[in-house]
Amino acid sequence: MSSDKILPLNMPKWGLAMTEGTVVGWLAAEGDTVSGKEEIVEIETEKITNVFEAPEGGVLRRQVIPVGEKAAVGALIGVIAPPTVSDEDIAAFVDEFQAGFVPPEAEQTGEEAAGQSLECGGYTISYRVEGKDHDRIPAVLIHGFGGDGNNWLFNLQALAQERPVYVLDLPGHGKSTKTLKDASLDAFTGVTAAFIGALGLSRVHLAGHSLGAAICFAMLARSPDKVASVAGLAPAGVGEDINIDFIDGFVAAGRRKELKAVLQNLFADPGLVSREMVEGVQRYKRLEGANEALAAIAAANFTQGKQVARFGQSLSRASCPVMVIWGREDKVIDPAQADALPANVVTHRLDAVGHMPHMEAASRVNALLSDHFRGAEG
Amino acid sequence: MQHSREFLTTAYRTMTTIRKFEDRVHDEFAAGKIPGFVHLYAGEEASAAGVCMNLNDGDYIASTHRGHGHCIAKGCDPTAMMKEIYGAADGLCGGKGGSMHIADLSKGMMGANGIVGGGPPLVCGAALTAKTLDTGGVAVAFVGDGASNQGTTLESFNLANVWNLPAVFVVEDNGYAETTASSWAVAGSQVERAKAFGMPGVQVDGFDFFAVFDAAKEAVERAREGKGPSLIHVKLARHYGHFEGDAMAYRADGEIEAIRKDSDPLKIFRQKVCAAAVLEDKDLDSIEAEVAAVIDQAVAASEAAPRNDPESLLTDVYTAY
Amino acid sequence: MTKKTFRQAINEAIAQEMRRDHRVIVMGEDNAGGMGAPGEDDAWGGVLGVTKGLMPEFGRGRVLDTPITESAFIGAAVGAAATGLRPVAELMFVDFLGVCFDQIYNQAGKFRYMFGGKAVTPLVVRTMFGAGFRAASQHSQTLYPIFTHCPGLKVVIPSSPYEAKGLMTQAIRDDDPVIFFEHKVMYDDEEEVPDEAYTIPFGEANIVREGKDATIVAFGRMVQFAKQAADELAKEGIETTIIDPRTTSPLDEESILESVEETGHLVVVDESSPRCSMAADISRLAAENAFAALKGPIKTVTPPHTPVPFAPELEDAYIPGPADIKAAVRAAMA
Repeated sequence: MSSDKILPLNMPKWGLAMTEGTVVGWLAAEGDTVSGKEEIVEIETEKITNVFEAPEGGVLRRQVIPVGEKAAVGALIGVIAPPTVSDEDIAAFVDEFQAGFVPPEAEQTGEEAAGQSLECGGYTISYRVEGKDHDRIPAVLIHGFGGDGNNWLFNLQALAQERPVYVLDLPGHGKSTKTLKDASLDAFTGVTAAFIGALGLSRVHLAGHSLGAAICFAMLARSPDKVASVAGLAPAGVGEDINIDFIDGFVAAGRRKELKAVLQNLFADPGLVSREMVEGVQRYKRLEGANEALAAIAAANFTQGKQVARFGQSLSRASCPVMVIWGREDKVIDPAQADALPANVVTHRLDAVGHMPHMEAASRVNALLSDHFRGAEG
Repeated sequence: MQHSREFLTTAYRTMTTIRKFEDRVHDEFAAGKIPGFVHLYAGEEASAAGVCMNLNDGDYIASTHRGHGHCIAKGCDPTAMMKEIYGAADGLCGGKGGSMHIADLSKGMMGANGIVGGGPPLVCGAALTAKTLDTGGVAVAFVGDGASNQGTTLESFNLANVWNLPAVFVVEDNGYAETTASSWAVAGSQVERAKAFGMPGVQVDGFDFFAVFDAAKEAVERAREGKGPSLIHVKLARHYGHFEGDAMAYRADGEIEAIRKDSDPLKIFRQKVCAAAVLEDKDLDSIEAEVAAVIDQAVAASEAAPRNDPESLLTDVYTAY
Repeated sequence: MTKKTFRQAINEAIAQEMRRDHRVIVMGEDNAGGMGAPGEDDAWGGVLGVTKGLMPEFGRGRVLDTPITESAFIGAAVGAAATGLRPVAELMFVDFLGVCFDQIYNQAGKFRYMFGGKAVTPLVVRTMFGAGFRAASQHSQTLYPIFTHCPGLKVVIPSSPYEAKGLMTQAIRDDDPVIFFEHKVMYDDEEEVPDEAYTIPFGEANIVREGKDATIVAFGRMVQFAKQAADELAKEGIETTIIDPRTTSPLDEESILESVEETGHLVVVDESSPRCSMAADISRLAAENAFAALKGPIKTVTPPHTPVPFAPELEDAYIPGPADIKAAVRAAMA
């Protein structure tokens, strides 16, 4: 049997809590020839729908999971193989896989989802790490205002193929301490530095989204020797303007409908805002102290509707590579702000992407980040 | 007589206010100016005044359907009460409660109550609040002879004793639950019932303000000191029917005339304080004149008061919904 | 965040609120247990252990065992609420409402209105309900429609541990009297529940699942059955929306009607008796306000109009289940 030519498509694991996904659309029919990295199947998780790409080229021989059905993480959802492989061999491959497949235990997933935590800067900081076995320079991914480490669900494992990757929940967010002592950018930068120090990391790649990007820029200014590279996704800390109606609306919204309308500002495709995503944000905002923290962050960093910290020109003095990724349809921070960035900042503008490029264009962003990190390592 | 002029003046003013308030409600109801049911307290004034003069604004009472006297004695504003009875928009309860639901929690008045026996459990709760928050407060349940047979009342006797609450139960026995004689409807005795629950119980002459005041003083002090609840069985009589419009065919011929003549708590009070030479008739007469003016003003204000807009039908159901 | 049972979630909400506000007290029959008895204190923590551990932390002064005297102690909770405490009183089984209902609907529920908006009665009455425990006719009923009928009361029916903690916290912080219905079969259900305090607002339904073909409105334990039914229907290609209103008073009419407008089909699943039930109420709501959107008959899934039976096979037949819900969805769409 030529099963070495047969390529299984397995249900990916996007996000810490993902145990299963639903195939919501096949973008290639059985018998279609697909190339590597071609988007071939849409998968819906509890958080968001994303496209899954063919790892390598070939013919999509089998759609094992039909549209509308769920499958556990790791389950066989399709089969790619050259046309030379016989249907019998494909069938045998599928049978063999199914006979041996054991879905990951829910219990294990639960513990995994709980993540780890450490005390730093006077807060309990919740974080996750993947790829610890690799010896390249680690990356630290910093979410934005109102987000949490789970925002990197489509990026963590991909980037961890090459290096250790840490995602944290900033104070006031996720599973970290909610009550803030200080909501300023300086304070968040201090906590981030303390977090990196507490992990014993001497030098890291920093990637941040939105307010998290401003933290990365501030880290670079504060401790350039500790920063191997910086990537800002839809970054705050560049221009003065920000969609303050979004910020205020995010803080104020309580009911599902209001919040959904606010969250739709985050994406070029408002259809990506699923019931579960809205519920996840609602659950976070309900937690004691969370909304107070958001209000304090908004007041301290977006005072009177304007961004307080702006690093634009100072980035020209950066001692390491700096990259910016901006969705052309960002409705929260205007991508035109990138025009004023100094020449050393490499800017990528993505079509049909809004304020969440790492979610809405995960594979492109993963490739850009990976190249950027490796480039900085020489 | 060890009471001060000020104390006696206050007591007489309270009782006179209740009497003139109720007599006037009787007249205005007969004149068709007051909607609904009214149950008048005239004749029972010594009980409400005698008990409540032992209380302050931090103490609570729960009342009955015959609640106007308790409200006045606990400090509710007679004009706001009259407006409430008229259903005015600026009545004490915005016209939404009426005669049977007058309340003013800021004065410790937890409400008249349309449910016979509704009050005693609530009083256990108010007493529990006082005990839990250590306010030093006391809670008093007024119940009629009818309510004394309700399970809620008897269960409250038990709970107040089991929890050792700062509560007092005042059974106002005016001889009739609607038309039914308490001598027929109440098995055993109120005092013996109290004893069966392990609390002190006394019977007092409800026509005598001083008898009620002294009994209540002992019970309230006992409660305030953390020694638990007591019962006071107050024997008294009402001047009017169960409610206005009651022809009182169940009462004996001449019964009410005899009560008004020989057992009127205001007359008895006047005789005692004048005999003790602490107050003179003219002092009491001037109180009556003052009160009459207050009641006249209350009725005039009620007749002129704004009525509720239909929109207010929908307000005050919840704090937020 | 860890997995917690329905029981633990409720207990944790009460404990956190008792730590936060000294006015919060707990009372009920055997809520600690062993009062005056020679053996252990905190012997029970309520008949099914929901309040266990509260007495050792907060003392007998804030966790009060009561005699079996629902009229007096539910009334005391009402009176305490009106005078400054925030009691959480347990009516052990909702079937016992007959011996204390006056204090709930005539007193607590009406104070604010009767007193012209000047009273607040921040009371929670926790009560167990529901069939499935082989507890027979007087310990198994689903009586939330009776309370829903009464203006002035708020009525909460949590459908999972996460929901239970957030709704209980809201119930305790709420300034109106709240009747909190705990399905006795669900106490050992488990799911992830945050350690922090959080509140779920009343009057906003939870959209448990979204689907374009039919709307299922379900309460309490019936939400779980609706989910099972919906998973199975999805395999047949029928995609359903499940709405858990969370509270029957206030009721999130808007979410229900919006969903019916989208799907055109409505099934209401209610464990209470069929007449004058939430099933009847929500059917009325849709018939009156979304008639034009309806593409088929509204279907209700309820027990029959009988007391809850004892014999296991009869009780099993009595309780609506996923198969009944599937059949109703198919019938609504037929």
